[in-house]
Amino acid sequence: MTTPATWAGIASIVVTATAGDVLQSRAMKEIGDLGAIRRSQGVLCLVRRVVSSSRFMLGLLFMALAFFSLLVTLSWDDVSVIGPASASLTFIASAFAARIFLKEQVDHRRWLAALFVAGGVALLAR
Amino acid sequence: MTVRKYLILLAVVIFGSCGDVCLGRGMRDFGAVTSTNWRQLLTVLWNPWVVTGICLLILFFCTYLTALSWADLTYVLPATAISYIFMALLARVFLHEDVTPGHWLGIGLITLGVGFVATGPSLTVAVQNSGLEKLDPTRAQVGLRERTEGDA
Repeated sequence: MTTPATWAGIASIVVTATAGDVLQSRAMKEIGDLGAIRRSQGVLCLVRRVVSSSRFMLGLLFMALAFFSLLVTLSWDDVSVIGPASASLTFIASAFAARIFLKEQVDHRRWLAALFVAGGVALLAR
Repeated sequence: MTVRKYLILLAVVIFGSCGDVCLGRGMRDFGAVTSTNWRQLLTVLWNPWVVTGICLLILFFCTYLTALSWADLTYVLPATAISYIFMALLARVFLHEDVTPGHWLGIGLITLGVGFVATGPSLTVAVQNSGLEKLDPTRAQVGLRERTEGDA
C-alpha cells in the first residue's frame, strides 16, 4: 500500500520538475530563438547567453532536485506506482503552472491534450 | 510552424527516447542497484550503451531548450509526448519487453493528446523586456509567421 511518505515524495518530484520546466521555459523565452542566435552570433555566444541566465541555472537546479527526489522516492516504493503517478501529475501541474506563471493561454484543446497525455503516460508506465 | 521547427520537435522525440532506451540497455548489463553494489555504480560510465545514452540525452536537452525558445511549455510537453510511444516500441524491439493491451490504450491516449495540441498555435505569449505578455491565439499565429519569414 502506498504510504503518505511515498505521496510526499511524488509531490516533491512533481513540484520540483514543474518548477524546473517553468523556469527553463521562461529563461528560453527571455533569451530568444536559440536557432536564430546560433546562426547570427555563433554557438559560443549562444552557450554564454544560456549559461549566464540565472533563471536557466535555477531551472537546472530544480531539475536536479526532481531527479534526486525520484531516486529517494524509488527507494520507498515500487517504480510501477511512482513512475506513472509522477509523470502524469507533472503534465497536469505544468499546464496549471504555465497558465499562472508563464501566462500561456491554456485553452480547452491544451487541457484535453494534457489530460489525455497524462492518462496515456500513466497506462504506459505501469 | 516551419519544417525546421517540426524537425526540432522530432529530434526531441528521437534523442529522448533513444537515450532512455540506451541507458536502460546499459543498466541491464550492470544489474539491480543494491546496498552492496552501489559503490560500483560509477563503473557504468565505461559502458558504451550508457555513454551513448548520456550523449543522446544531452542532445535531447539542447533540442528541448531550442523548442522552448519559440513554443509554449504547454505545447512542447504534449507535442513531444510521442517519445513515450517511440520508447515503448523501441523497448519491445530491442529490449524484448512486453507491450500489453493497457500499453496500447496508453499509446492511443497519447496520440489523441498530441493530435489535440498539434492542431493549435505553438505560441501564445510575447516576450517583452518587462516580462511575458499574453497574446490571443490568432495574433500568436500571425506573430509566429512573421518571425518565421524573418528567419528565412
